Amino acid sequence: MIRDFFKTLVSNRKSLVGLCILGFLVFVALLAPVIAPYDPKADRTVTIKPLTEADRTEDELSSDTPADDEDLSTYRVTTTQDFEKHTKYFPLRAKPSAKHILGTNHAGNDLFSQLVWGSRTSLLVGLGTGLFVTFISLTLALLAGYLGGAADDIISFITNIMLVIPGLPLMIVIAAYVTMKGVFPIVLILGLTDWPYPTRVLRSQVLTLKNRDFVRVSKALGEKTSFVVFREILPNMISIVMAEFFQACMSAMLGEATLEFIGLGNLSVVSWGTILYWAQTNGALLSGAWWWFLPPGLCIALMGTAFILINFAIDEISNPKLRRR
Amino acid sequence: MKYLLRKLGMLLFTLFVALTLNFFLPRLMPGDPAQALLGKMEGVPPEQLDSIRAAFGLDTKDSLGVQYWHYLVNTAKGNFGVSFSRFPMPVADVMRIAVPWSLGLMGLCTIISFIVGTLIGIAAAWKRETKLASFTVGFFSFIRSFPYFWLGLVFVYLFAFKLRALPLGGAYDTDAVRGSWAWWGSVLQHGILPALTICMSSIGGWMLTMRNNMINVLAEDYITVAVAKGLSLRRIKSLYAAKNAILPSVTGFAMSLGFVVGGGLVTEMVFSYPGVGYMLLQAVNAKDYPLMQTIFLFIAAAVLVANFIADIAIMFLDPRVRDGAK
Repeated sequence: MIRDFFKTLVSNRKSLVGLCILGFLVFVALLAPVIAPYDPKADRTVTIKPLTEADRTEDELSSDTPADDEDLSTYRVTTTQDFEKHTKYFPLRAKPSAKHILGTNHAGNDLFSQLVWGSRTSLLVGLGTGLFVTFISLTLALLAGYLGGAADDIISFITNIMLVIPGLPLMIVIAAYVTMKGVFPIVLILGLTDWPYPTRVLRSQVLTLKNRDFVRVSKALGEKTSFVVFREILPNMISIVMAEFFQACMSAMLGEATLEFIGLGNLSVVSWGTILYWAQTNGALLSGAWWWFLPPGLCIALMGTAFILINFAIDEISNPKLRRR
Repeated sequence: MKYLLRKLGMLLFTLFVALTLNFFLPRLMPGDPAQALLGKMEGVPPEQLDSIRAAFGLDTKDSLGVQYWHYLVNTAKGNFGVSFSRFPMPVADVMRIAVPWSLGLMGLCTIISFIVGTLIGIAAAWKRETKLASFTVGFFSFIRSFPYFWLGLVFVYLFAFKLRALPLGGAYDTDAVRGSWAWWGSVLQHGILPALTICMSSIGGWMLTMRNNMINVLAEDYITVAVAKGLSLRRIKSLYAAKNAILPSVTGFAMSLGFVVGGGLVTEMVFSYPGVGYMLLQAVNAKDYPLMQTIFLFIAAAVLVANFIADIAIMFLDPRVRDGAK
């Protein structure tokens, strides 16, 4: 059924564009080490060059070694090659050039390489949180919608309360207490603040499906609860679940960038949000360094557009009224 | 009346939940709450730690229940403690300076973007076959996928840095006499870019909601009947379709508000606009926990009260709710 769903997605023009953008970004993220010209945290290149040709080969060395051990080490040093270490620091705050397509930042890191590597963080946080949120909200929605009664009352009550408590301020407050180590805490914080809305949407869908004839028949035939829920109800919700998934991915990605921009993320991680944070704190705007703060934002917008396009398509597929006549 | 009472009860309970969250969040974090509150503040002598504990009602002598009670009583009295970063200024005074700025900026922007977005949404649904309509929908959807703060950065770069037409940040001209005409003029001038950022980012949401509702309503049979009866198209558009399609938008107002306020906060941070959002940023950077917690409480309260107002508006707009409420 998921395969069918993707077939319909590919057949829609909007979602095809969205999927292509997403696919491109995944491709870039996977091949980051190949695409990025430098390490994202490198501020210099180190090349080791031999100064002289080797005097003798290893064979010759081993054939006439002095018997004494101490003699051996001095002998080796004098006869093997001399090396020179070339350290070349990248220029700081450089303009775009052939060597650094998007210039360098205040620490001399190559911005293009950071942009490429940053796609990993955004994708990881976006998709990871999307999965996490979808899992929580789907579980709660199925429990509330299918079981009804007290379970529904409690879950709906909590959902309605959390729904109106503004998410971003809550996120900022939580993030200020948690000392960030790695990407996982961000996923957790975003997940814990983003679940109420999808839960509400999915729950009402479960409620309508529960009262459809085919579900009633299945129940009347005495099918097990797990069969009714996972084989009868769930397959008919795929499109709305996927819509909520992509929505959650997008808000997670934007939330991550926002937290990092404020400086609440892990600043040692290379991501689009942290590039913007460093750009802002180092006055990229006031020195006119557009190549520093424009590309990360455009990348975020590109990823966001991909998610939005896919969601538009799902909306059109599941709600024929929105389709063009 | 019953409807109103239920909504009021929900408002009070949600406020209570926000208060409770605010109290337990720092205490849920692993380790000593006072330590957690102090976070990365290094080199704090032990006696100072004790005094901070006492100031926050974090004395480990008291049970959690007693601490919670003290916290509730203090909050009810409007006693939010003393700000760390602006010591010895009470948090309440800091808030008194910041709140009007945010209220003015975000309140105005929310109203403007709601009206403009809804109007564009109506038009886009009514003339949905035209190129202009699909372009507008596409344009605002694209804008919506930008983070608020980045749109703000781009505006600063374009209008303040490149064109030098508008100020870079802040909320007023510090040279002007407070309250004079020139001062009010500078307030207006400083508000343009932040307002543009918030409006541009949030119009898309209102527009899409309204457009989709409107398209759904336009497919209803009674619209076809109205057309068949030969009613004027303008009448159908505004009285038959838009009036019914706007209801979900007003309900959605509640939830979107939290989003807009969040975006507004970050926009203030970009423009160093001295409202609640910028204050929150400073509080976070300075690890000023009392200020941070109070700000969260204020934002939550503002959003909740606005939701309550939207609920009342629904009561007047929707006959189903109105009749059920009697």
